[in-house]
Amino acid sequence: MIDAWLEFCSQNAPALVIAIPLIAAFATPLFSRISEKVRNIWVVLSLLATFRVTATLLHNVLDNGQVVYTLGASVPSLTAPDGFPFRIILQADAMSAFMAIISVSMALIVCIYSFRFMGKKSGLDKYFALLLVMTAGMIGLVTTGDLFSMFVFLELLSVASAAMIAYYSKGESAEAAFKYMVVSSIGALMILFAAGMLYGQYNLLNIAGLAGVIEFTLIDKMALVLLFSAFALKCGAVPLHMWVSDAYGEAPAPVSAFLVVASQAGLYALFRISFTLFGGLPGIATMGWAMIIFGLLSMFVGVTMAIPQKDIKRLMAYHAVSQTGYMLLGVGVGLAVINDMGSLALFGKSAMEGGIFHVINHAMYKGLLFLTAGAIIYRTGTKNLNEMSGLAHTMPLTTIFFIVGALSIAGLPPFNGFASKLMIYESVFLFNPLFAVIAMVVSILTLASFVKVFHSAFMGPKVSKSAKGGEVPLSMWFVMGILAVLIIFFGIFPDVMLDNLVTPAVDALLNQAGYIGGVI
Amino acid sequence: MIDIQMIAVVVLIALGISAAVLKRNMIKVVMGIGVMGSGVNLFLVSMGYVEGGVAPIFTNTPNLTMVLATPQALTLTSIVISLAVTALMLSFSVMIYSKYGSIDTRKRRLKE
Amino acid sequence: MNEGMSAIVKTMSVLLIMPMTIFGMYVIIHGHLTPGGGFPGGAVMATMMAMLFVAFGAEKSKKFLGKGSLSTIESLGLLAFAAVAFIGIQATFFSNFLANSASYFGMSISYGPNPGYLNSGGVLPLMNLAVGIEVFAAITAIVLVMLTYREEKS
Repeated sequence: MIDAWLEFCSQNAPALVIAIPLIAAFATPLFSRISEKVRNIWVVLSLLATFRVTATLLHNVLDNGQVVYTLGASVPSLTAPDGFPFRIILQADAMSAFMAIISVSMALIVCIYSFRFMGKKSGLDKYFALLLVMTAGMIGLVTTGDLFSMFVFLELLSVASAAMIAYYSKGESAEAAFKYMVVSSIGALMILFAAGMLYGQYNLLNIAGLAGVIEFTLIDKMALVLLFSAFALKCGAVPLHMWVSDAYGEAPAPVSAFLVVASQAGLYALFRISFTLFGGLPGIATMGWAMIIFGLLSMFVGVTMAIPQKDIKRLMAYHAVSQTGYMLLGVGVGLAVINDMGSLALFGKSAMEGGIFHVINHAMYKGLLFLTAGAIIYRTGTKNLNEMSGLAHTMPLTTIFFIVGALSIAGLPPFNGFASKLMIYESVFLFNPLFAVIAMVVSILTLASFVKVFHSAFMGPKVSKSAKGGEVPLSMWFVMGILAVLIIFFGIFPDVMLDNLVTPAVDALLNQAGYIGGVI
Repeated sequence: MIDIQMIAVVVLIALGISAAVLKRNMIKVVMGIGVMGSGVNLFLVSMGYVEGGVAPIFTNTPNLTMVLATPQALTLTSIVISLAVTALMLSFSVMIYSKYGSIDTRKRRLKE
Repeated sequence: MNEGMSAIVKTMSVLLIMPMTIFGMYVIIHGHLTPGGGFPGGAVMATMMAMLFVAFGAEKSKKFLGKGSLSTIESLGLLAFAAVAFIGIQATFFSNFLANSASYFGMSISYGPNPGYLNSGGVLPLMNLAVGIEVFAAITAIVLVMLTYREEKS
C-alpha cells in the first residue's frame, strides 16, 4: 500500500510539487476558520509533504537524468504527440530540482519561524496562504519547461510577494509593495512580449522546443535582451536593484528571508534562458560578459550602499544585492567561456560551480541573518541600529547565530560562504585577476559592515529599551539553529553538497542538448 | 511591410511606459501599466491572426480553416493576471492614501 | 455612503439582479461551447454585486456579506478546481477523464461544425463552474474591501 503510494508520488512528482502547496494554500483559509492550531498543523504538514515529494523528485532526477511531465496528456511522457509540443510541459533537471529543494526547505523554516514571530496578528490565514502560494510560484518557476508558464508563475510569485511585503499595512510597507509591483509587472510584461516575439516566429512556447529550432534572427536577439533584463530585474542585479532595499526592508522579517529565495528563482530563470534557450547563440559569450558586469556592479554598489545604512534590514537587503553579484560573476564567467572547451574545463566549470553553490549558501546564511534581524525586532521593536545596544547580554543564542551568519556572508572559514567564495576567487582569478581582487575587496567591506552591526547591536551596555524580554521563543531559535548548523556543516564538508547537488546542477545547465532531447 | 496594428502596439507600450515612469499620481501609474499590458495583449493577439481563419470553436462555425488558439489563450491568461495586479496596486494606493492623505509619489518617500 | 442611493436606483438595481445573474450563469455554463467561460461569467456576476453595493451602500451590504464568507466561497471554488484537476491524475494531472466517456459531460461528438451540445467537454464545464464561483467571490471581495477600507480605519 505504502509502496504503491510512494510509486504514485514518484511518478507524478513534478505535478505534485506545484499542486500540493497550491491546494494547501486554497484550503488554509478554511482550516483557519476552525482554529489557529489546526491551521498551523495543516500548513506545516502540507509543507512537509511538499518537501517529501520534492526530495523524491530530486532523487529521481539525480538517478535518471531529467524528468518530464506533460500536463493533461494520456501519459506523462507524451510530450510531443505529433512532433510538436503544444501542451504545458513540466521539465525538471538537476538544476531545477536543486532550486526546488532550496525553496521548499526555506519555506518550511520560514513557516515554523513565523508561528511565534507573527504571534496573534490578524489576517494570518492569508499570510500562510500567501506563503504557500509563494512556494508554489517558486517551484513552478523552476520546474516549468514553458516560457509562458514561466511568466504565469513569475506573476503568481510577484503578486503573492507584494501582498506579503505589505502585510504590516503601514504606509512604508504599502509604498515598498507598490514599487515592487510596478517594477515586477513591467518586467513580467517584457517577458510576455518576448514570448510573443518567439511564438510569432516559431509557433512554439516550449523552451526545449524553441532551443531546438531557434535561428537567432534579430528579433530573437531582441527577445533575449528583453528576457535577460527582465530576469536580471527579478533577481535584483544592480542597475535594476531599486526595489530590493525597500521590499526586503519593509517586509516582515521571515518574508524577507523568503524573498531572498524568490529572487533566486529569478536568477534560475536568467540562467535557464542564457544557457538553454540561447545556449547555441554564437555570441552568447557577450551575454556572459553582460552577466559579469552586472555581477561586479551588484557586488560593489550593493556593499557600498550597505555600509551607511542605519536600518538593520535595509543594510541586509543591500548585502543581498551584493551577494547576488557573486552568483552572477561565477556563472557569468562560465557563460563567457562556454564556447571555449579548454577554458571551460580549466576554470569555467568550477566558476559556475562556485556560483551555483553560492546560491544555496546565500539562501542559508542570508535567511539566517534576516531571521536574527527578525529576532532582534521581535524583542526590541526597532529596526534602527542606533537604538539597539547590548543585546548579547539578553539574547546569547541570537548573538551566536548572528556571528555565524555574519562570518559566513563575509566568506571566512570554516563557514559555507568561504567554501563557495573560494571557488569563485580561484576560478575567476584564472579568467581575469582584477575581478577576483574586486570580489575579495567586496568581501572585506562586507565583513566591515557586519562588524559595525555586531558592535552597535550586540556589544556595549544594556539599554533599557532593548533589555526587555530575554531570548526569543524556542521555535524561533530552533530553526535559526538548524540553519546555523547547516552553515557550519557545509562549510566544513563542502564536498557533500558539491558532489551530490551542485555538480549535477552545473552539468545539467551545460547540457543543452540533453534538455532539448527530453521533449523533442 | 508594416502591419498597422504594430503601430498601435508601439504607441500603447510607449504611452504605458511613459505614464508609469513620468506620472506622479499613483492611479496614473497603475493606468500606465494597464495600457502597457493592453499593448502587449494586442501584440499577442495580432501574432495569432491568420487571414481567412476562423475562431477554433465548433459551435455553428462556417467550415473554414481554424486558427491555433494559443495566442488567444495567452491573452486571456494575461488579462486575468493583469486584473489581479491592478486590483493589488489599487489596494496599495488606497492604503497609502488613507495613511498619508495623498497619492502623489513625491509627497512621501521611504527614507534614504 | 451608508444609506445608499435613491429609491429609483435601488428598485432598478433589484430588478436587474435576475437578468445579470442569468447572463453570468449562461456565460459560465456555455463556457466550453462559446467564447466566455468561468472568468467572464464570474466577473459579470461580481458586477451585479458591485451594483448592489453602490445602490444600497457598501457599509450596509457588509452586514449581510462578510469578508469571511466570501473568502470561504473563494477557497471552495479554488479547491473544486484543484480537485477536478487532481482526479485526472490517474492519467496525468489535469487530464480530461470525462471527455468521450459517455458519462456526465462525456458525449462523443464527431469532428466538424455542430449546433453546440451542452453535454460535452469533459471536465471543462466543471472547471468553468469552479472558476466562476472563485472569480465571483474574489472580485466581490475586492470591491467590498476597497469600498469599505476607509470606514474600517476610522
